[in-house]
Amino acid sequence: MPAVSKGDGMRGLAVFISDIRNCKSKEAEIKRINKELANIRSKFKGDKALDGYSKKKYVCKLLFIFLLGHDIDFGHMEAVNLLSSNKYTEKQIGYLFISVLVNSNSELIRLINNAIKNDLSSRNPTFMCLALHCIANVGSREMAEAFAGEIPRILVAGDTMDSVKQSAALCLLRLYKTSPDLVLMGEWTSRVVHLLNDQHMGVVTAAISLITCLSQKNPDEFKTCVSLAVSRLSRIVSSASTDLQDYTYYFVPAPWLSCKLLRLLQCYPPPEDGAVKGRLVECLETILNKAQEPPKSKKVQHSNAKNAILFEAISLIIHYDSEPNLLVRACNQLGQFLQHRETNLRYLALESMCTLASSEFSHEAVKTHIETVINALKTERDVSVRQRAADLLYAMCDRSNAKQIVAEMLSYLETADYSIREEMVLKVAILAEKYAVDYSWYVDTILNLIRIAGDYVSEEVWYRVIQIVINRDDVQGYAAKTVFEALQAPACHENMVKVGGYILGEFGNLIAGDPRSSPLVQFNLLHSKFHLCSVPTRALLLSAYIKFINLFPETKSTIQEVLRSDSQIRNSDVELQQRAVEYLKLSSIASTDVLATVLEEMPPFPERESSILAKLKKKKGPGAVSVNELEEGKREGGELNGGGGERGGDNSTIAASNASTPSPSADLLGLRTGPQVSAAPPSAGSLLVDVFSEAGVNDDGFLSSAPPSAVSEDAAPPLPESNELLNKFVCKNNGVLFENQLLQIGIKSEYRQNLGRMYLFYGNKTSVQFVTFTTTVSCPGELQSQLNVQAKPVEPLIEGGAQVQQVINIECLGDFCEAPLLNIKFRYGGALQNLSLKLPVTINKFFQPTEMASHDFFQRWKQLSQPQQEAQKIFKASHAMDTEVIKAKLLGLGMALLENVDPNPENFVCAGVIQTKAQQVGSLLRLEPNAQAQMYRLTLRSSKDTVSKRLCELLAEQF
Amino acid sequence: MIGGLFIYNHKGEVLISRVYRDDIGRNAVDAFRVNVIHARQQVRSPVTNIARTSFFHVKRSNIWLAAVTKQNVNAAMVFEFLYKMCDVMTAYFGKISEENIKNNFVLIYELLDEILDFGYPQNSETGALKTFITQQGIKGQHQTKEEQSQITSQVTGQIGWRREGIKYRRNELFLDVLESVNLLMSPQGQVLSAHVSGRVVMKSYLSGMPECKFGMNDKIVIDKQGKGGTTDDAGKSGKQSIAIDDCTFHQCVRLSKFDSERSISFIPPDGEYELMRYRTTKDIILPFRVIPLVREVGRTKLEVKVVIKSNFKPSLLAQKIEVRIPTPLNTSGVQVICMKGKAKYKASENAIVWKIKRMAGMKESQISAEIELLPTNDKKKWARPPISMNFEVPFAPSGLKVRYLKVFESKLNYSDHDVIKWVRYIGRSGIYETRC
Repeated sequence: MPAVSKGDGMRGLAVFISDIRNCKSKEAEIKRINKELANIRSKFKGDKALDGYSKKKYVCKLLFIFLLGHDIDFGHMEAVNLLSSNKYTEKQIGYLFISVLVNSNSELIRLINNAIKNDLSSRNPTFMCLALHCIANVGSREMAEAFAGEIPRILVAGDTMDSVKQSAALCLLRLYKTSPDLVLMGEWTSRVVHLLNDQHMGVVTAAISLITCLSQKNPDEFKTCVSLAVSRLSRIVSSASTDLQDYTYYFVPAPWLSCKLLRLLQCYPPPEDGAVKGRLVECLETILNKAQEPPKSKKVQHSNAKNAILFEAISLIIHYDSEPNLLVRACNQLGQFLQHRETNLRYLALESMCTLASSEFSHEAVKTHIETVINALKTERDVSVRQRAADLLYAMCDRSNAKQIVAEMLSYLETADYSIREEMVLKVAILAEKYAVDYSWYVDTILNLIRIAGDYVSEEVWYRVIQIVINRDDVQGYAAKTVFEALQAPACHENMVKVGGYILGEFGNLIAGDPRSSPLVQFNLLHSKFHLCSVPTRALLLSAYIKFINLFPETKSTIQEVLRSDSQIRNSDVELQQRAVEYLKLSSIASTDVLATVLEEMPPFPERESSILAKLKKKKGPGAVSVNELEEGKREGGELNGGGGERGGDNSTIAASNASTPSPSADLLGLRTGPQVSAAPPSAGSLLVDVFSEAGVNDDGFLSSAPPSAVSEDAAPPLPESNELLNKFVCKNNGVLFENQLLQIGIKSEYRQNLGRMYLFYGNKTSVQFVTFTTTVSCPGELQSQLNVQAKPVEPLIEGGAQVQQVINIECLGDFCEAPLLNIKFRYGGALQNLSLKLPVTINKFFQPTEMASHDFFQRWKQLSQPQQEAQKIFKASHAMDTEVIKAKLLGLGMALLENVDPNPENFVCAGVIQTKAQQVGSLLRLEPNAQAQMYRLTLRSSKDTVSKRLCELLAEQF
Repeated sequence: MIGGLFIYNHKGEVLISRVYRDDIGRNAVDAFRVNVIHARQQVRSPVTNIARTSFFHVKRSNIWLAAVTKQNVNAAMVFEFLYKMCDVMTAYFGKISEENIKNNFVLIYELLDEILDFGYPQNSETGALKTFITQQGIKGQHQTKEEQSQITSQVTGQIGWRREGIKYRRNELFLDVLESVNLLMSPQGQVLSAHVSGRVVMKSYLSGMPECKFGMNDKIVIDKQGKGGTTDDAGKSGKQSIAIDDCTFHQCVRLSKFDSERSISFIPPDGEYELMRYRTTKDIILPFRVIPLVREVGRTKLEVKVVIKSNFKPSLLAQKIEVRIPTPLNTSGVQVICMKGKAKYKASENAIVWKIKRMAGMKESQISAEIELLPTNDKKKWARPPISMNFEVPFAPSGLKVRYLKVFESKLNYSDHDVIKWVRYIGRSGIYETRC
């Protein structure tokens, strides 16, 4: 039975607890607790006052019940009463109850704070400590508000006991972590820093935690701690193990304090003062020396403590990254640990080496351990250690050892843990690409990669290999051959089929000379995989087939047969069916010349940063640091020229060059225009695609509009909906301006300062040509003096299904409100068509975004406070109030969207300068959405009143 | 199929462990203990899935019975089996308790071998089991070969639940209709939900292989007869007939006959068994009405008045009446006054428990209580759990009536008239609650 000493034992509590422990079932326990709760309630309710002892006992029981997992909703008052007791045990139980049970918004908090205040000001150190512990345990904002001023005073006061100082330091740390804005050190800073010199090691240990935390936030204020920390550290390091008596742990002097000191130093750059630096280097050397000494004890605690200091010292050395000597020594020390039988040590050593590898001083030293690391990768039993070894291999890789490391990583991949395979694949792909001297090696490696871990090869990896093959003439033949061989395996991964399809489609001709890989053999090989693949791969293969027809006319009949088969031409998948139909038609109608043009070899991809790196960066992991390093290395080296980012190996790129894209809307157009579209030059084709794919997004209102307007030689009046059309283009520069049954007008524009260039694409949607096609752009009224518009003449004839382009140059002379008019006339089947549109040129196109801080913004806002400078509108939202959409629109407007300026995070604030030839007009914008009322308030201020008004009008239509 | 069966005591110690299939490892025993019995949060679902293994458990007082399987079995079948298992054990050694299980573990293993074969449930009829699994030890020398072969032929024969050649001097038959009535009523007296689940339990001591026919006032049967008979008869019987929502039968009942004629005919097992189970939801006679009145007087006081009214024939007597009035969690004192019976505040259950031994029909009784409350700083209101009630009445709340139970035995010379028949109705409370 529980031992109950006579003085402070509580017999009732002991009985209660043993009752609970003896309960046979949960139900019995709940019954016992209910009974006890009812008893306590009646006791607390009772009219006669309870003495301190029974109060303590009942509060204790409540606490016990609470800790068993039951709700307690009374007894708080009694606990608070206990705080004012003079007996230690009663006070202690009171504080315990409060730190466990009282939530911060309780109304008792004032009473509690009062009691704590009394205890803090008492001279009794135990009471002070109890109060400080309670503050730290509760740690709420209210506590911080009440005591954040008091505690630093206690901490630095000369007459405070050491134990209280310790508690005060830790309590302050806790408050600082919960509400940093309330803990203001101000004048105490230097005195807190000087606690590092305190006689009492406990105080130093507690204070250093506080200082580390504080100095991370404002390093400058605590700069002085560096020299103090260094001297303290050197005193500890140089002391004999017996000097520090209580603080020597298994023959290691003050290990915790040493670690904390080293960690504090990691918050700062190397000390500038030579003497301090010398002393620190000396310390670090001593620590490294001590690691070499034979252990003073065989106990595991001894080596743990020693190694903890050592690792902390090494991270400091890495952090400084300026002492080659130390770095190399650290590296050698870690090298010893690589073969240590303690798994944790091996792990830590590998991890630290990873960071060492990125330092220029120690990179070579790290490389000497390559054999050990490879060995670790192969033989290590612990998966996390293997992962670290792989990371380290990745980090230490350079041109000299790339082949070896990549080979090792590939072989490890076969047995690697599933969770890290994708990351490994990316790493191998990056290393292979980065250090490839010989591209056939690169192609081999990646194909191997797909073979070994096909499932984990992400899209980016195989896009990349295709980009590189296309951009490098010298490997194309080899790649085709290797891929052909790889495909001959009875079962190969789908990614391999994709790469194979693409490369053979492009470069199959390079190996067609060999009878073993004659065109038909190639085709049959690819087609044998066709039925095992998913839809996107099949689509890619179909594109490869049509390329085959171009490359090898002799395969035409076979491939047409395949395309014509029901499983293709009537495939349930729209994409596949469409491709089959289009390719079949293309192959049967178009002449060989046309085919050759349409299915030309892919042009080289533009140089871009590898998308694989971005992908690896996205995958979180400890390897991330070294990735960044690698990337930098890559820029220096500029090793690999293969470019081409996301556009990459997307299977639609083949199709894109012949103007039949996978985007559904564009495909519809392609269908209507039939094969003629392919007659358009490829460059225009891709632009067309761009325009049309935009159209897919925003053409809702357009398709049904605009009947052919009145037949007249004069310019027709602007279409009634042209104002609406204008509004669509306030926040964007590209899209479809107009569309009816005959004509589609796409627009692409760009603006720089007060100049703009607009490309208009007139697409003939019919199969009959348009003749005497003329366009004129005019500026009505006073717009003539505000805007200078020059349109290049356009070809008078547009073939059915074709598209012509017109360039319009625009110069903004002054601010303007109207839009220039575009008049289009042409004859379609003898009938004259005449229509007028407004060109979407609005004042906001000439915005230059301006970034400014909150302070600046409001200052300027106030400067523009004259009534005519401001234009304000309150209007109902006509679209959903989606923050992201609003942001996108505001950005499209051309102004800079300023974050964290407005005190209300719901509001949007923008700033920009309108550039005209005559002057510059600064404008500020504030948009206040009200989600409940579905209303906006838009306020614009700019130095010119007409600009404010016009912008306000334009914008009010947008939301 | 069931892969294994474990019995645990309340501490989670394994009392009985029988594994039928290889796919259930030894660790399954621990998995259930750790994840269900010792779970941090009480597991309320009777089916638990741990690492692709399903555990079906039932709890009898402090004993856990768990059936384990890796396959996708019919859960209803497993529970039916577990309940049968409980019945069998009760029939053999009385109450299921840790002590009884420990004392009879040999018997339990023997039973488990018999009623489950490779995880497939076998004959679990107590009467049949008792013929060959006995507690008297080996009776080999007393049991003749004939008897043994008789058992074999019975167990493997068509009528596995009854052996031939049973003889009684007095042919007697006891029939109990046991019902439990469940109710949830609003404070205003509106019935929110009510249903009766009933059982017809028989004890038969009949000679030979008698053919029995059981008839009750089932609406479908009465209506069918009513059509053939006079209109007057139909009108009269229509009132008394009851609509049975669903029912299940003992395996001895010929289901084909029930399907075609809706008549319940069977050759009964010897001894006690449950003939049928049924459920009704319409026209339930509620034996008691509870009228609560709760008034909050300030923050620290609560006045409760509860009136109960009995709603059946004055000649009948209800027994073991118990009304349970929940009290708030911050109750610090209770004063109770009641006219009849005894009432007491039970702190361990947070309720006032009012007990009345007997109460005749068409009477009413009331209790009033003053509850003192301790002010708390918790803002949340008391949830006011419903007032619940327990009782026992000598009639069937569903309105079920036994119309006849005929016994035919063509081979032996006794007729229906010679059989002494006893019928008894007992209506008990299930969950009988009134919100306050």
